[in-house]
Amino acid sequence: MEILGPLWLSVQLALVTTFVLFLIGTPVAWWLSRTAVRWKPAVQAIVAMPIVLPPTVMGFYLLVLLGPYGAIGGWWFELTGSTLTFSFAGLVIASCIYSLPFAVQPMQNAFESLPRQMLEFAWTQGASKRDAFFSVAVPMSSRGFVTAAVLSFAHTLGEFGVVLMVGGNIPGETRVVSIAIYDQVESLQYGAAHQMSLLLLAFAFTVLLGMYLVNRRWSPE
Amino acid sequence: MSSVSSIRQQLIAVQHRASLGAFTLDVDVGIPAQGVTGVFGESGSGKTTLLRCIAGLETGSGTDSRPPHQRGVGYVFQEPQLFPHLSVEGNIDYGRRRAGADGLDKDHVVEMLGIGSLLSRKPAGLSGGEAQRVAIAAVLLRAPELVLMDEPLASLDQQRKDELLPYLDRLHDELSMPIIYVSHSIDEICRLCDHLLVIDDGSIVADGELHAILARLDVPVLAGRSAGSVIDARPERYDEGYDLTLFRFSGGELLVPGHYEAGAPRLRLRIAASDVSICRTRPQQTTILNVLPATIDEIQPTGPATDLVRLAMGSDYLIAQVTRRSVTNLDLKQGDNVFAQVKSVTVRH
Repeated sequence: MEILGPLWLSVQLALVTTFVLFLIGTPVAWWLSRTAVRWKPAVQAIVAMPIVLPPTVMGFYLLVLLGPYGAIGGWWFELTGSTLTFSFAGLVIASCIYSLPFAVQPMQNAFESLPRQMLEFAWTQGASKRDAFFSVAVPMSSRGFVTAAVLSFAHTLGEFGVVLMVGGNIPGETRVVSIAIYDQVESLQYGAAHQMSLLLLAFAFTVLLGMYLVNRRWSPE
Repeated sequence: MSSVSSIRQQLIAVQHRASLGAFTLDVDVGIPAQGVTGVFGESGSGKTTLLRCIAGLETGSGTDSRPPHQRGVGYVFQEPQLFPHLSVEGNIDYGRRRAGADGLDKDHVVEMLGIGSLLSRKPAGLSGGEAQRVAIAAVLLRAPELVLMDEPLASLDQQRKDELLPYLDRLHDELSMPIIYVSHSIDEICRLCDHLLVIDDGSIVADGELHAILARLDVPVLAGRSAGSVIDARPERYDEGYDLTLFRFSGGELLVPGHYEAGAPRLRLRIAASDVSICRTRPQQTTILNVLPATIDEIQPTGPATDLVRLAMGSDYLIAQVTRRSVTNLDLKQGDNVFAQVKSVTVRH
């Protein structure tokens, strides 16, 4: 009964995805919080789409896109000689898109609540825009960053439909814990399914409880 | 075009032309490189916009391309913008570290603004007046070439204002750093400033030494409730029995309630136009303590029923607000010798 393999793979996927989402999501959230361009709602809608779309729709398009004849998958195939679909790298890309709103929205909310004049004060005190971002905006948005990290991590850990369609079920490569549970239920191994499900249940509760506790105590004021 | 640069040793050129929506700012003046220059105007006249242009916070058409952090201009906002995640000391050091150049001595500024006991506190625990003092210290220690203050007292109640004003007096007395002080309160301007710019609808309508500008009758913004003059006077004698101090100025003597040390340096007295009335002959048996001979210098209609009259006495001026009917009844004309009754005097500084 291997529980740890799929669980470890899930944790790896969630960690890498969270890290990538910090790199991509932070500038997107900052731009969304500052811009006044007319097409901002369109960008917001695209970022939020994974929340409302069925995972199968996301998974279907990602499969097409990442497949060896797709725009991204074809390019990747030429570059590396391997396909993105049914690989860990493909899962990371799919997870980043799928969890994007869970990283961007908390950060955007945090950035939007920054008083504009406080940044102006930082600038007139000799800080460049970049300096003021890291020395004022980031520490003042710490709660938003914690929320974004926890939600991205937990949401990636819990995804199922997209992973199944893009990644399939390859042990050690794409067989994450939610797929493993599905497998065990399919083959009527309820005992093993119970073990993994309980573990995830406890994990989800612990992580969310931890986040709310931290956010309650760790207010910048 | 916009720039803050020394064109002569004595003046800082302030030139800004910016269009922001329907509002146009068009300013081209030189302000003294020392002392406090007041910017007075009604709300919506462009005072704050002018400061934001100087600081580089407004990127209207045709403004300087230098970003705010490269301009050497410190900005004290109406609401102090302290960083909540830093201590008071961290806030003070924020600009000081980034300035690199050594400006004022930190201990001196901390002492001057009375914030020594607050250094380890977080900004959230400070009162409005304390927070504003910390913000001012942080701006001064950033070693700016020019300090902008945008109504730093406006968000405080009267008690906090009275608490902060003596600290601003000290800045005025002890620092040579040029300060532009924006306010819609003529009392604050009279107390703190040496030089005055009057702004109306995005343009400077008067610019010069404070006493001279206040003595002008042709500046509409100064003609309403803000009309009045300032004179410099020396306290000479204290009458303990009645708690009155006798002040001497170029046009005579004034009795002012309160005790002011004789031999002290000149103090600034403000006399509002509504507190001055005019008599043809020296009034007998009046409750008004201060009656002074004066010559009518100019009469200017300011409203449907009122005129402003400028009275010359020595090298100083008083402004009186009187009804047009009285001007007609008494047949007041330029050059007439009259008596001014002064009902109330405010001592500044």
